[in-house]
Amino acid sequence: MDVVINGERRQVTPGATLLEVLSQLELDPRAVVVEHNRKIVRRPALGDVTVTEGDAIELVHFVGGG
Amino acid sequence: MTTAVETIRDEPLTIGGRTFQSRLMVGTGKYPDMDTMVRAIDASGAEIVTVAVRRVNLDRSKESSVLHFLDPKKTFLLANTAGCYTAADAIRYARLAREAGFNDFVKLEVIGDEETLLPDVAGLLEAAKVLVQEGFKVLAYTNEDLVTALRLEDTGCAAVMPLASPIGSGLGLLNPFSVRTIKRRLHVPVIVDAGVGTASDACVTMEQGVDGILMNTAIAAAQDPAAMAQAMRLATIAGRAAFLAGRMPRREVAMPSSPTKGMLD
Repeated sequence: MDVVINGERRQVTPGATLLEVLSQLELDPRAVVVEHNRKIVRRPALGDVTVTEGDAIELVHFVGGG
Repeated sequence: MTTAVETIRDEPLTIGGRTFQSRLMVGTGKYPDMDTMVRAIDASGAEIVTVAVRRVNLDRSKESSVLHFLDPKKTFLLANTAGCYTAADAIRYARLAREAGFNDFVKLEVIGDEETLLPDVAGLLEAAKVLVQEGFKVLAYTNEDLVTALRLEDTGCAAVMPLASPIGSGLGLLNPFSVRTIKRRLHVPVIVDAGVGTASDACVTMEQGVDGILMNTAIAAAQDPAAMAQAMRLATIAGRAAFLAGRMPRREVAMPSSPTKGMLD
């Protein structure tokens, strides 16, 4: 199943939760903030939200800036 | 023996209910490497350090979170909305930043022009209103316009941040009169953000009586960032001390410092 993560088309397991998507990408859920179809999903809820075909997921963190 | 430094009496800087000892804030962008950044931040003595919100690199290349190099217990992370050109985008970035879980402060930028990176003040006021209502402590990056600064204060911003000159320009404080006017008229802290190029710029800026100064490129793009960071720390302290001391009046004609009496025939 295809979803769009950070603007890139990516394959994820059908029925995967956001927490599982992060784990598939080897990302620590404590180190990223997740936006799912334009809605922020808080860390404790990452395991409750399942993704569906074509979902837009944004994974962000802090980088150097002024 | 006494040291002159003991004669400086100053209050700590309070923004949005948080108190800080250093009046210098620094950014984390554009450093040649993370080790240089860490040494520069350390040398600057800054407590407030700005960061940007960006996509995680999915292919886990060298680019990694700035948090691997900064201790959030020792530095106060101030997320910005740099790169946002609309109020809606800036609000989105601010909400994501808050979700990282460090604090509810945001350095709000809504940029209106790509060449000058000058703020879009209409978008800025719109975003500030929404974010203040959502409980954010908004530090608003703005131009030197007094009326915009007053409106931002009315909106409930925790601090107003007029620019010295365009972001990354290093042109120094172009409009000391306007910055002084903003400081005189506002009750919330006034932090000059952007445009400082070297230590004398920081000193002159602080001499206007503003509460603090934020810079990034002046340090990061110096030949020796850590050395420049130290210079900026000293210049910020010097400028603040000079402001508190109260400068002598300017005169258009000379006045001798030595006695005019007692000269030889």
